[in-house]
Amino acid sequence: MNVILTLCLLLGALMPFSSAYAATGEASAQSASPMLVELTKTKLSKMPAVLEKLEAEGGDAYLPLFRTWLAGNLYYVKSDRTLVEKVGSGKQVTYQVMFSGESRPDITKKQVKKVKVNNKLRSLLRSVIARIQLTSENPKVREGAVRELLAKLDKNLIGILETLYVEEESRDVKAMMGTALSLFAASDKSNSQSVRLSAIEDLSESLENDVRNGLTKLTNDSNEAIAAAAEKALVSINQRVERYALVDQLFFGLSLGSVLLLASIGLAITFGVMGVINMAHGEMIMLGAYTTYVVQLMMPNHIDYSIWVAIPAAFLVSGLMGVLIERLVICRLHGRPLETLLATFGISLILQQLVRTIFSPLNRQVSTPSWMSGSLEINPVLSLTLNRLYILAFALLVFMALVLLLKKSSLGLNVRAVSQNRNMAKAMGVKTEWVDAMTFGLGSGIAGIAGVALSQLTNVGPNLGQSYIIDSFMVVVFGGVGNLMGTLVAAFTLGIANKFLEPTTGAVLAAILVLVFIILFIQKRPKGLFPQKGRAAE
Amino acid sequence: MTKLLDWFSAGRTSGKYTLPFVVILLSITVLASAANLLLPQDSALYVSTYSITLLGKYLCYAMLALAVDIIWGYCGILSLGHGAFFALGGYAMGMYLMRQIGDRGVYSNPLLPDFMVFLDWKELPWFWLGMDQFWFAMLMAVIVPGLLAFVFGWLAFRSRVTGVYLSIMTQALTYALLLAFFRNEMGFGGNNGLTDFKEILGFDLQADATRVSLFLITAILLAGIFVLSQRILSSRLGKVTLAVRDAEARTRFIGYRTERYKVWLFVYSAVIAGIAGALYVPQVGIINPGEFSPINSIEIVIWVAVGGRGTLIGAIIGALLVNYAKTRFTAIMPDGWLFALGAMFVLVTLYLPKGLVGLYGQLTSKRGAKAKQEATS
Repeated sequence: MNVILTLCLLLGALMPFSSAYAATGEASAQSASPMLVELTKTKLSKMPAVLEKLEAEGGDAYLPLFRTWLAGNLYYVKSDRTLVEKVGSGKQVTYQVMFSGESRPDITKKQVKKVKVNNKLRSLLRSVIARIQLTSENPKVREGAVRELLAKLDKNLIGILETLYVEEESRDVKAMMGTALSLFAASDKSNSQSVRLSAIEDLSESLENDVRNGLTKLTNDSNEAIAAAAEKALVSINQRVERYALVDQLFFGLSLGSVLLLASIGLAITFGVMGVINMAHGEMIMLGAYTTYVVQLMMPNHIDYSIWVAIPAAFLVSGLMGVLIERLVICRLHGRPLETLLATFGISLILQQLVRTIFSPLNRQVSTPSWMSGSLEINPVLSLTLNRLYILAFALLVFMALVLLLKKSSLGLNVRAVSQNRNMAKAMGVKTEWVDAMTFGLGSGIAGIAGVALSQLTNVGPNLGQSYIIDSFMVVVFGGVGNLMGTLVAAFTLGIANKFLEPTTGAVLAAILVLVFIILFIQKRPKGLFPQKGRAAE
Repeated sequence: MTKLLDWFSAGRTSGKYTLPFVVILLSITVLASAANLLLPQDSALYVSTYSITLLGKYLCYAMLALAVDIIWGYCGILSLGHGAFFALGGYAMGMYLMRQIGDRGVYSNPLLPDFMVFLDWKELPWFWLGMDQFWFAMLMAVIVPGLLAFVFGWLAFRSRVTGVYLSIMTQALTYALLLAFFRNEMGFGGNNGLTDFKEILGFDLQADATRVSLFLITAILLAGIFVLSQRILSSRLGKVTLAVRDAEARTRFIGYRTERYKVWLFVYSAVIAGIAGALYVPQVGIINPGEFSPINSIEIVIWVAVGGRGTLIGAIIGALLVNYAKTRFTAIMPDGWLFALGAMFVLVTLYLPKGLVGLYGQLTSKRGAKAKQEATS
């Protein structure tokens, strides 16, 4: 139990680096400044001057206004000159008050007039928006602004970028600006060939989508040297993209592996110590997931902390259920593994039906804490979802804790003794019955924790456990029985193999291939990857 | 010594049940069929066609239970994937029935079944060729499950995969097939499976006479397979099989190639399951991938466990009883059935390890022992 608490604390320490995503400060409803009213009265030709004044007056508070205007969705109510935003299209049009976002269902098409916009104004608006964003305090926002501009560079923007580039302090933003400048320089036909070539050279490092599109355009350039250089740059970029795609796949494989590890490690322990297969293991996972659901029901206002309550709670619920099953059923079927399998299968049916009766057969939605949602963007072609990252870390932590428990604690010593030679351990005075119950509780408790992790990835339903049980067995069989290291290697191997086969064969065939592989593997090594050695091994 | 012998023979049948069982089975079958065909509908003894079909279904299940009992009760191989062989046999029959529909489907394509037309396929896949011939389809219904069992058994038994490992492997096997058959590209009708059958060998499947004939054929085949299995298992081969169950290593040391015995018994069992599946489909009128689901396979095991394993007769009794209970139960309390089934698994393994037949044997032997004691005193 202490171990789990330590785990929670450790994980808690890791929390703060949640998604670095800064929301742009939405301006609250402004009392309409005279300039905004001016906007609704001005002729199109006089607009640029008004725009300039607005920029000076509001800065980034007016960003939503400029954006709406640029998109051509800016209207004003004829009667009181309130600025509104048109939302939706066709028959589903509604109007929202600019800045406050308050919906105004009472306004109809006839009562509003559009604030006009033409090409010249659009270009000016773009520059204004860019300027506002490019001078933002937050480097992330600045970088995002430059990225957004990549696809729509023009002379005005380049002018702004060049002046900002000199003063920019953040390295990432500077690099992004450099990319933008190079992209423009490369596609600008008024530049000399050598300038364009060096610009293309600079671009071959970038992974931005828009850069790739720009280069693709350049491959059809009239100047053959330029076209060839662009082609070359594209090839090198695509190679890097493929490399990152591989990393992405690897990450998904590791993520699946970590889930498999959590799901199967409890099974590996019980199977190793007692030689019995607990067919209700999947239901222990399910109980853990439902515990998470119930915990969130009980603390709806603290979803962010619910996980920290759910982990120990799930461990306890599933663990106690495990001890109960062991004491009531399994200990009476000692030395009869096949009968144990059947009896525990019966228990799994009962538990599933129980959950259906209590919670209804429908899936339940478990919400994800805010610090677990979002993703970690490494670069434009590679982003790792945070929840999977956390679960990966969590699985490894649980694994380490278990290894420590089995290697350093007296319970662990007893467990290892019983799993190696039950009769000898009994003769030495080890209370094997107590060890069995504890082992079963531990294995089931870990399955419960796996359920907490799974509830963050999939829907929680009565059949949740079933879908993982066969996979868990495969991991245990592949890794060798009662052998934590083997379980670790097997889980990640199977996870990665599955994800790498999937794109070429489809999910179903991948599952079948893995199965066939394991059947053949058992031919070669019937005792799994790392068999027990010595005379005690049967 | 006699005590020892008694202990060893408990739960195992000699041939004493064979003749009475066959007589009872066939007479009930004939009586029920006659009651359906000859009596008027309003007669008190009339048996409805629905009941006939239900009985036929139970007999197919009994055959399937027999197959599981042969390897579990007599050889100690707990197969949790026998539903796969049953379903494969069923699919072979289903394919034949599908081809019999001809151009009477929704799309009226004389060659392709409806689901293929729907998927825009232009020609029959190679594995459907010849399925319009009844003899070929029936051959496939036994060869395909047999072949799969041979390959799987040969791989598994050769590398001495036993016990729990083997059970999980068989479960994984049926699970993999479930996934495969769910796919539309497999060419077996995807998750809808094969259904809407019209005729078998030119006879209308909905007609009473056809239903009764199928029921009769099922009963006769069940009796035949029962007698055959009884003979096989009481021969020398059966003795070796029992030896493998009770002490495989020892049997191997004596010089028997135990894995060969196991493989052939496994194949024999799979073929029986395939036949049961082929008989099941025309009576039920549908075969879909759900038959492959692991829970179906594990339910077969509980039929055998309830009746008493290692007795053959017990498997049949168990299958009939549990399925009758299921039919009644799901009608009264649909949600309660899984609770009952789960409880059955737990209670039978804990308190009735030899099943009902074993219980009966124990009771009679106790009575017999008492009578003996009184006679001697």
